[in-house]
Formats: sequence, structure tokens, C-alpha cells
Amino acid sequence: MVQKLDYLKETPSQTAGPYVHIGLAPGAAGFDIYRQELGWDIAGPNAKGERIRIEGIVIDGTGNPVKDVLIETWQANAEGVYAHPESAGEVEKGFRGWGRVITDFETGEWGFDTVKPGPVKARKPLGSGPLHPPANAGDDWLGRGDEGHEDMAPHINLWIVARGINIGLNTRLYFDDEEEANAKDPVLNLIEWHNRRPTLIAKRGERDGKVVYRFDIRLQGEGETVFFDV
Amino acid sequence: MSQAEFYQRDRERHPPALTPDYKTSVMRSPRAALISLQQSVSEITGPVFGHNDIDPIDNDLIHNYAKGGESAIGERIIVHGRVLDENGRPVPNTLVEAWQANAGGRYRHKKDTYLAPIDPNFGGCGRTMTDENGYYFFRTVKPGAYPWRNWVNNWRPAHIHMSVFGTSFTQRLITQCYFEGDPLIAKCPIVKTIPTQDGIDSLVAALDLNATVPLDSIAYKFDIVLRGRRSTLFENRLEGN
Repeated sequence: MVQKLDYLKETPSQTAGPYVHIGLAPGAAGFDIYRQELGWDIAGPNAKGERIRIEGIVIDGTGNPVKDVLIETWQANAEGVYAHPESAGEVEKGFRGWGRVITDFETGEWGFDTVKPGPVKARKPLGSGPLHPPANAGDDWLGRGDEGHEDMAPHINLWIVARGINIGLNTRLYFDDEEEANAKDPVLNLIEWHNRRPTLIAKRGERDGKVVYRFDIRLQGEGETVFFDV
Repeated sequence: MSQAEFYQRDRERHPPALTPDYKTSVMRSPRAALISLQQSVSEITGPVFGHNDIDPIDNDLIHNYAKGGESAIGERIIVHGRVLDENGRPVPNTLVEAWQANAGGRYRHKKDTYLAPIDPNFGGCGRTMTDENGYYFFRTVKPGAYPWRNWVNNWRPAHIHMSVFGTSFTQRLITQCYFEGDPLIAKCPIVKTIPTQDGIDSLVAALDLNATVPLDSIAYKFDIVLRGRRSTLFENRLEGN
């Protein structure tokens, strides 16, 4: 016998179920209860940068749209800064960078408006980096300084929950007009299979003079979106 | 500025994506392995909420949708507990959201067609922030069990859905709170997606007579544990040395 480690264990996940909207977006469930629902305004009125819209659909293993999915988004501002005390820099007043996205219950189509995020400093090199720190790394090797950092290409972090999804799925949305940055992105480059990388790249288009990116998410099967264990 | 990462998620503690007895998971589960990512700034940060985002009444489900002077019908309960991390430290000032069926097992949702009636005074959702000790509570009515089409005659045990943020996007968690003594827990295909009995037990709120409001509401305790973070102990040491 040995001593016991006294860590607690994380509470297990359970599916958000078909009625997730009651809790997280009651207006969509069909009733009005709160002074304000959270997650409808991602960037706020003062955010600098390019205003964009992102649209898509989540598709299940049979090829059909998932009509009851809920997606949360988390992104930096146009300067690559997150609205969080541990992200270096300031964000514009009213910029939260977090949103909730729900589908049209009839079609499964979803969309949200935001600003295009800027490149984000990596905390430390990702992927198959050196096992031991470089000789001159000092304490910075653990990512508390600039040593060894790589910028990440502009991206939006997504977290997907729904009936039938037992634990939220994490993925990232990148932009197809950031070819150069994407080619150097440490997370995209971590994906061994080159032909799976495009599943994370939204396609830029225009509609009525507005920039609209398309980003479909495939939960299973051919063209399955890359999901991450973060 | 601390940028330490969070402990890796113990995937043996959580349900796998594919759990055939919960049929909806079969076509909604990725087949490829998840790609493991060392946490970047994108993962160790997450949305921050404040008391301006919510109202004090929001955690009182008995009254937050009721007409003036009225209240929701059902067994009056307090669900309370703490949000902790795996190091046992409280997670203060974090948003906790809850939603549930009414006492008859009916959800106020345009897609729920169960024959049990809607309670005109019950919305079925609430939200609150943990205090500086990670403590939270909701006042509500005990939700009813309800049937669902998985096998032709499955019944969900009484449960409250809980959503918690923590301080980073890696800690984001949605789970369900069950109630001590419910015989349906052991029969539920959704509960049984969790691979260990210990994990299942951790989702069952305990009857907590000490926390009852005498002659008013019975109480259940439900603690929630989020992922822990590397200790500052390591901050001046090199990893692997």
C-alpha cells in the first residue's frame, strides 16, 4: 500500500440533452425569463477590426443536420488578446469574445456575428517540441516569457454540445484567407493527416456586401472534423 | 502572470463519445481519436462573468418565472454545494447555470410534447455566481421523472442539468445532478454512459437535512469538481527535471 493522493476527481460530463436551450438560451426554448441572456453579443460595439459573420451546419454520421446543437465560441480580439486577466494586453470595452450559437430548429443552420480575431501568442511551443529545454531557455521555457513562442494563426475556439454528445467537443475554426499564418500554425501542424486540416478552415465569401465565412462541422465519418482533447 | 496549464482530463472518468445503449450517441460521436493539445493561451483563458450579468432572483426557480405572489408547484428543494477544482480549492465567482423539468417531468420547451402539464409559474432555469468560497445554491422544485424514447420505455431519473465555466475554456463542463434514493438512476442509459460507479455516485446529490429550511424546503448537497491546475510549486523549476 502507498499513501493516497488527495486530489479530487473531475465531475463526469453528461449530455446537455435536447432541452439545453432552456438553461442556456431560454428565448430559443420559447420563453422570456432573464433581464438579459448571455452570449448574444460576442464582440460588443467598440471592437476594432473586420466585422464578419460565420455560418454553418453541424452534420451527423448519417449526413443529416444536427438541429438541436449548441455551440459556444471563444476568441481573441483583432489584436489577438483574450478578455481574460491571463492574456497579455487590453480588450475594447464591451468585448467579451465569448458567444452562444444556436441553430434554426427546422434546418440546423447557425450563424454568428463577430470581429475577425488576430494572431494569438502561443503559451509555449506546441506539439513534438524538445523534451528538455534549450540551454538558454531559463524559466521561460515553461512559457512564462517570450522564449520559444510561436504565434498561432487567427482562430476561434468552439465547444459543441447536444443531445447524444456525452462530453462537449472542442474544435477550432481557422480562416482560409490566412494561408501563410495557417501554414505555420502549431496546432494545425500537429494534425498528422494533412487532408484533415481543411476541416478546420472556414471559407470566406460575401453576401450583400458583408463578409460571411462558411464552416460546416462533421461529427462523424467522411470529412470528420478534427476535435481536440485540450 | 500565471500561465500554468490544467491537469489533463481523465477520459476514463468521463463517458466515451460512443455509448450504444444511449442511441443518439451512435451517429453523433466522432470516430477518429481526439488530437491531444498542449494548452495554449486559447485554452487556459475563458469568459469572465460578473454580478452585472445576472440578477439576484435568477437562482430562485420557484419564483423567477412566477406571477406576482405565486410560486411553482412541487416539492420545494434547495440544491447547494461548492464548485471546487481537483486540488480541492474553491472556484470563486464562476457562473453556474441550471435547467430542469417541472415537478411533473415536463420541460418548458417548444420541442417537449410530454403529456404532463406545463406549470404556468415555472420556467425551469436558473443561474448564479459562486461566492468567494466557491459556494452556490438554487431554490427550486424537485423535477419529475419522465419517459423518453431510447428503448421504447426508458425513464429519466429526476435530474437537474448543470453548466459550469471555471476560469478557463478547458474547464467548461455540463453535467447532470441526480437525487439520493432514486431507483431510476441505476436503470438510466444516460447515467450508465459514465464508466465507473464512483463517477456515477459523484453525480448523486445527498439529502442534507442540516441545510433544509425548516417547515419550508428540503435540501440536497451537490458539489462540482472542475479540472485542477498545476501548482505554482513548479513555476521556478524546469519541467522534467
